[in-house]
Amino acid sequence: MKVKELLLKPILENNPIALQILGICSALAVTSSLKVTLVMCVALTVVCAFSNLFVSLVRNHAPGNIRIIIQMTIIASLVIVVDQVLKAVAYDVSKQLSVFVGLIITNCIVMGRAEAFAMKNPPLPSFLDGIGNGFGYSALLIALGTIRELFGSGKLLGYEILPLATEGGWYVSNGMLLLPPSAFFLIGLIIWGIRAYKPDQVEEEEFKICPNTIKEA
Amino acid sequence: MSNDTIGKTIGVALALCIVCSVVVSTAAVMLKPAQIANKSLDFKRNILLAAGLLEDGKSVEEQFKQITTKLVDLDTGKFTEVEEGTDKYDQRKASKDPARSKELSGDEDIAKISSRADVAKVYLVEGANGVETVILPIKGYGLWSTLYGFLALGSDFNTVVGMGFYEHAETPGLGGEVDNPNWKGLFPGKKAYKADGTVGLTVKKGPATVGSEHEVDGLSGATLTGKGVDNLIKFWLGEQGFAGFLTNLKNGEA
Repeated sequence: MKVKELLLKPILENNPIALQILGICSALAVTSSLKVTLVMCVALTVVCAFSNLFVSLVRNHAPGNIRIIIQMTIIASLVIVVDQVLKAVAYDVSKQLSVFVGLIITNCIVMGRAEAFAMKNPPLPSFLDGIGNGFGYSALLIALGTIRELFGSGKLLGYEILPLATEGGWYVSNGMLLLPPSAFFLIGLIIWGIRAYKPDQVEEEEFKICPNTIKEA
Repeated sequence: MSNDTIGKTIGVALALCIVCSVVVSTAAVMLKPAQIANKSLDFKRNILLAAGLLEDGKSVEEQFKQITTKLVDLDTGKFTEVEEGTDKYDQRKASKDPARSKELSGDEDIAKISSRADVAKVYLVEGANGVETVILPIKGYGLWSTLYGFLALGSDFNTVVGMGFYEHAETPGLGGEVDNPNWKGLFPGKKAYKADGTVGLTVKKGPATVGSEHEVDGLSGATLTGKGVDNLIKFWLGEQGFAGFLTNLKNGEA
């Protein structure tokens, strides 16, 4: 597979959140401010890329019956290292991200790529695939983070864009955007948008609902 | 050799575990000093912030030199010493040690902290005329989490100088607004105690009464966090908290 394809395909055509519907949990939780979102994106991309790389390196020696445990161990170790680095380097942000860095371990994207791609491909393409999927995740998170922070608190990266009415400006903020469910609505709208633009992403119906045969009085 | 033999499975598992644990522990050990430094810097920054002394552009360590750390026995309300020394004393750890803390009964425990350390660490800013600001550690349960913070009182030990939390896990945007500088800005100038000696400082639900010298506006969308803050202020300024110490300090008997 080509490098470009590995890196760019997961952004729109095979987006881990929008098409595979993976990693929704953290997408809801960390996107209320853009700065935290960006750090989370970098953390996930790093973890995803390196876990793919290491899983791919050991793939030929991994016994089938413990392969998931091997993947988990590699991912968990990487996440702990990333968490420790964040605590040492970006203390403020790691305070805000709190438990969500740790939860990258359970992020389905990382595990999904390790099992689906890295177990069957050589190290370099696996590494690139990890980065690509990190980009796909990041693209959606950054979109969410931008919308939520801008309209939820009138700021971007902490800088005031829309002066808030409560602070003497004109913009009345939408408090709901700061709550996790708003990300759900936004993700839904984005998925709708992507599938309207690329109708081949629409899943086939698993079954057809039969017409109602009983006549009602 | 096939990958699926028992020998290979155990061998691979063992090798992987050793490699991973070495990597993780190396990272943890190497980064530990930086993490501890960050944490203590953040702690000191918050003390300065509560006392209204923090100036941007100056190093926190440098600014913290004007602050004296002392220990207070909460039962007698007087300064005290502990074996391990003032700097090493960890109030949070002590509050979990039955030998060094007091279990709180249901009606005493309004801040929902279940046990209170016997000895508290307070921070003083001393000027030419004695203590100018006293910074008290406060903690209590909000909606989801325990809030840890500081309350600073001026030289009359009644006027609030500042208030702030350095650790909590309330909902960002709602309860998390306890960190909002605008809200924290409502505290300075309020009086902690009423004329009859009871705790006056209150976080109201809704707007504070106009002209009140005790009440602070509640946070909209954060009724329960506000209630938690109100409770923990009442607790730490009350009999179980620093009331005795503040009286002693006022009378020069601490």
